[in-house]
Amino acid sequence: MSTVEKPASTPKYKVIGTRPIRHDGTDKVTGRAKYGADLRLTGMLSGVVLRSPHAHANIKSIDVSAAEALPGVRAIALCGDIPDAANKIAELGEGSVNLQHLRHNVLAENKVLYRGHAIAAVAADTIHIAEEACKLIKVEYELLPPVMTVLDAMKPDAPVLNADVKTNSLGEQTDKPSNIAKHFRFELGDIAKGFADAKVIVEREFHTATVHQGYIEPHNATAMWGQDGHVTVWCSTQGSFTVRQQVAELMHVPLGHVKVVPMEIGGGFGGKIAVYLEPVAAILSKKTGRPVKVLMNRADVFEGTGPTPGSYIKVKMGADANGKITAAEAYMAYEAGAFPGSPIGAGAMCVFACYDIPNGKIDGFDVCVNKPRTSAYRAPGATNAAMATETVIEEICEKLNMCPLDFRLKNAAKEGTRRIDGPVFPRVGMVESLEAIQNSEHWKTPLSGKNQGRGIASGFWFNCGLKSAATATVNGDGTVGLVEGSTDIGGSRTGLAMQFAEALGITVDQVVPTVADTDGVGYTDVTGGSRVTFATGWAVYEAALDISRQMCKRMAEEWEVPVDQVKYENGGVTGPDGKRLGFAEIAEKSVKHGEPIVGKGTVDPQCPGGAFATHCVDVEVDPETGKVHILRYTASQDVGTAIHPAYVEGQIQGGAVQGIGWGLNEEYFYDDKGTMRNSTFLDYRMPTCLDLPMIETILVEVPNPGHPYGVRGVGEVPIVPPPAALANAIYNAVGVRMQQLPMSPPRVMHELLKKNK
Amino acid sequence: MRDFDYAAPTSVAEAVKLLQDHNGSARPMAGGTDLIDQVRVGRISPDLVVDIKKIAELNVLQIGSDGLHVGAAVPCYRLYHDAMIKDLYSALTDSASIIGGIQIQSRASIGGNLCNSGPAADSTPSLIALGAVAVIAGPQGNREVAVEDFCTGPGKNVLGRGEFLVELKFPARSANSGSAYQRFIPRNEMDIAVVGVGAAVQLDASGKNFVSARIALGAVAAKPLFAAEAGKLLAGQPVSVETIQKAAEAARAIATPIDDMRGTVEFRKHVTGVLVMRVVQQAVERALKTKSGNAP
Ligand SMILES: Cc1cc2nc3c(=O)[nH]c(=O)nc-3n(C[C@H](O)[C@H](O)[C@H](O)COP(=O)(O)OP(=O)(O)OC[C@H]3O[C@@H](n4cnc5c(N)ncnc54)[C@H](O)[C@@H]3O)c2cc1C
Repeated sequence: MSTVEKPASTPKYKVIGTRPIRHDGTDKVTGRAKYGADLRLTGMLSGVVLRSPHAHANIKSIDVSAAEALPGVRAIALCGDIPDAANKIAELGEGSVNLQHLRHNVLAENKVLYRGHAIAAVAADTIHIAEEACKLIKVEYELLPPVMTVLDAMKPDAPVLNADVKTNSLGEQTDKPSNIAKHFRFELGDIAKGFADAKVIVEREFHTATVHQGYIEPHNATAMWGQDGHVTVWCSTQGSFTVRQQVAELMHVPLGHVKVVPMEIGGGFGGKIAVYLEPVAAILSKKTGRPVKVLMNRADVFEGTGPTPGSYIKVKMGADANGKITAAEAYMAYEAGAFPGSPIGAGAMCVFACYDIPNGKIDGFDVCVNKPRTSAYRAPGATNAAMATETVIEEICEKLNMCPLDFRLKNAAKEGTRRIDGPVFPRVGMVESLEAIQNSEHWKTPLSGKNQGRGIASGFWFNCGLKSAATATVNGDGTVGLVEGSTDIGGSRTGLAMQFAEALGITVDQVVPTVADTDGVGYTDVTGGSRVTFATGWAVYEAALDISRQMCKRMAEEWEVPVDQVKYENGGVTGPDGKRLGFAEIAEKSVKHGEPIVGKGTVDPQCPGGAFATHCVDVEVDPETGKVHILRYTASQDVGTAIHPAYVEGQIQGGAVQGIGWGLNEEYFYDDKGTMRNSTFLDYRMPTCLDLPMIETILVEVPNPGHPYGVRGVGEVPIVPPPAALANAIYNAVGVRMQQLPMSPPRVMHELLKKNK
Repeated sequence: MRDFDYAAPTSVAEAVKLLQDHNGSARPMAGGTDLIDQVRVGRISPDLVVDIKKIAELNVLQIGSDGLHVGAAVPCYRLYHDAMIKDLYSALTDSASIIGGIQIQSRASIGGNLCNSGPAADSTPSLIALGAVAVIAGPQGNREVAVEDFCTGPGKNVLGRGEFLVELKFPARSANSGSAYQRFIPRNEMDIAVVGVGAAVQLDASGKNFVSARIALGAVAAKPLFAAEAGKLLAGQPVSVETIQKAAEAARAIATPIDDMRGTVEFRKHVTGVLVMRVVQQAVERALKTKSGNAP
């Protein structure tokens, strides 16, 4: 099912590259792992959030008197309970947020900007009372026309969502309120000359739908505001420190007075970075003096939390007769949702990143629409962009009569290639990811059936570094308590324990990894940007080196030799004249006399090493219904070093499946009032296991020179190629070019009916 | 979710009384797979839920020369585990094995599927195609309504105050008869029919000609549709792609679907034709294999 391609030079590791059982596995499969919804605290109240039934309206008044009078109701929270925020920007690690917008997103003040926008919250003795009380809150609205697409929102006469949002146009701040928060441009070379040099030019427009991350666990938060003014928050988050910062800044509490306890997390994919319920639970607890738990249901999650943007993209690309790209141009408008902040920047940097393009121009627009404020989703912005570029490339190949794989190889980005937005690539594995597909059994097996087609597509994602910290305490029996702050979404506890064990030459079972709360570990950025195995992995590596240094110092003193004559190797300390003591023996000594051994690692690494992937898919299309059946799917990816290959495969398979869902069926389906009509997993159609073949993976290991073990982030790029690969496969199966996502049966059938007319 | 009372009567009369006394705020419950969810999301808030599973008549499953009797509370799994139903009332088996997954099928009843009266219910087109009749108990005693006349709109049906469904009666089937149900869904599971088609055909002894046919459509109108005209077009005609095509056209013509998150008007009308073709052909294949029926 999976093959690992290791360049011959890869050093041999003892722990890295093995597939141990994850440390948190037993608790998860036996149902003992504690998620936020499992939390029960003495005296705990239930909170329920009242949400807007309208997509766009002014709030004229809110009357909570009847709700307050309901027996069992303990407190009601409104936006006014959050101190007014200046237009300050808070950096959240992977992305930033304007605090006033965050405040208005957490609880609307005088305007609702999307259906599902939180307006008020009730804390009551039971969830049923709180629900009933919500129904008693009277909100008077003045309805405004909803603005649901970027193209509508960009029209000069479009209703404006936010009076304080004014276009930043090519670096200049304008002063007229607008839905266009930002327009920026990247340019390289001479675009006119590039197109003049082209033999073929293809220009196409694309529309992609708003989609959700679809994590299985809904958002939840429990807060206890103590008499001393210190706040504790238990929640499901990708970053406990980012929750701490948002709660502290919103509520005007010193950072050190907020403790965030990350519970186990049932998926996030980028959607659990911004806060929604945490400040609400905190206000309700402050008002009642009791712990308050607030949960979302699935409709709340769809309607109230971060989808990833729908978009409008126009791509124009030219190539010469030899199949060398001469110029490329993109116009990209991404939905920000209610408040500015779409991933348009990342999308614009990724749109042509797989290729060496001498002349390029990219225009990006961040556009507010009446949908939930978008949040990150696996390689945010890159999937939309790849849908455009990778299908335009197919058309160019068709016109030039060139194999799409050869074309991509010819134009692939390499070490030294300059992206249109400026940066020059270090050693990267785009070529290797293509070659892996070229050499795969899948690529070499021809298709034979009717209405079948094969498509390929490539994708790029930056990955990020950011800050991580870890500490490790050596126990007397040779086990180690490894404490880190990256909430574990994909098995990272084990991936980190493995790097730590490798560095000390001990076994992974000796390491007991724990994800600590914000008081228990040093500052650590979010679990996002495919950074945990890379950056927190480096932090635990540093902690391991710290331990080995302490052990050397200790043994040098004991053996009475200079410290430079002892060395940590093969799981122990070696000294002159054959002196040697193993890790466990030194550990035993350390608790008997002398200082305890505690290692520490803190990092802010700068070279995460970009990730490239190429996917190949075979489909069969039912020509009478437009339904796409996936016959075979292979994903190849430059994964740096696969610390735990099974988890890497899992990341690739999961990302590919989410990309397939995005490509084929997932979409926010809105009616003309701006109400999402499919806010359930029944009608928001993510693929089930019956809709998918086994996703085959090819792990190409091009070690990242910027990491002690060559780690590259792997979690995000696999979502990038699938929609484009599917579109190309559909074309090759039945001859219709899909330029709108999702490529659902009605859409494919529509194109087929048009073609057969 | 609001609190409600629960009663589990053991006779039809008792159930009628409970329903009647509560003056419209009582709801019968069979498997509860629709009902409980509707209460949970607040779509309905009954004061009393009348569990009808303890009534003997509602658990009858009997097949004989007078046809098939399916008690209104019989769960799907009992139907598809019955070999004779599978042979003679194949469309019903198709429907019963499509509704939900194993957990749902061990609770969900065909009666509940019909009484929920959703336009996309997966068993209703099969019931219509197989000529089923709804036996209804009420304050005025029992009455019978052909299934094609049972639903009146989305979530609406002919049941009056104090009335509930006791059983579904199907006429006996002859040799050379066959039936089938198929739905179109974008995924391969966990979906609501975008179009559903049920068909039952009677061929002559040669297997070359249609004697009669009944075709019904789901999810393409405010209620499940009996495509009577389409069936009539097949009667007395040779079994051929051309004749079935004509029936498919007639079925398409009566479809009045809407655009929604499950499909467009264009798509639903088109797929109606496609599915009628496929389902009638499948029913014919099955008829050719049916050497004897349960008709006397
Ligand atoms: C996960 C899941 C998947 C599903 N998949 C499908 C599917 O694929 N296809 C499909 O068609 N449906 C599906 N359903 C819907 C549901 O399971 C079916 O409609 C089922 O047949 C309902 O039967 P029940 O016995 O559970 O009905 P109940 O929920 O008990 O009742 C349904 C309605 O009918 C009324 N009622 C029930 N019995 C009687 C009676 N004897 N007389 C009068 N009124 C009565 C009730 O008051 C209620 O309004 C699914 C549901 C779930 C939860």
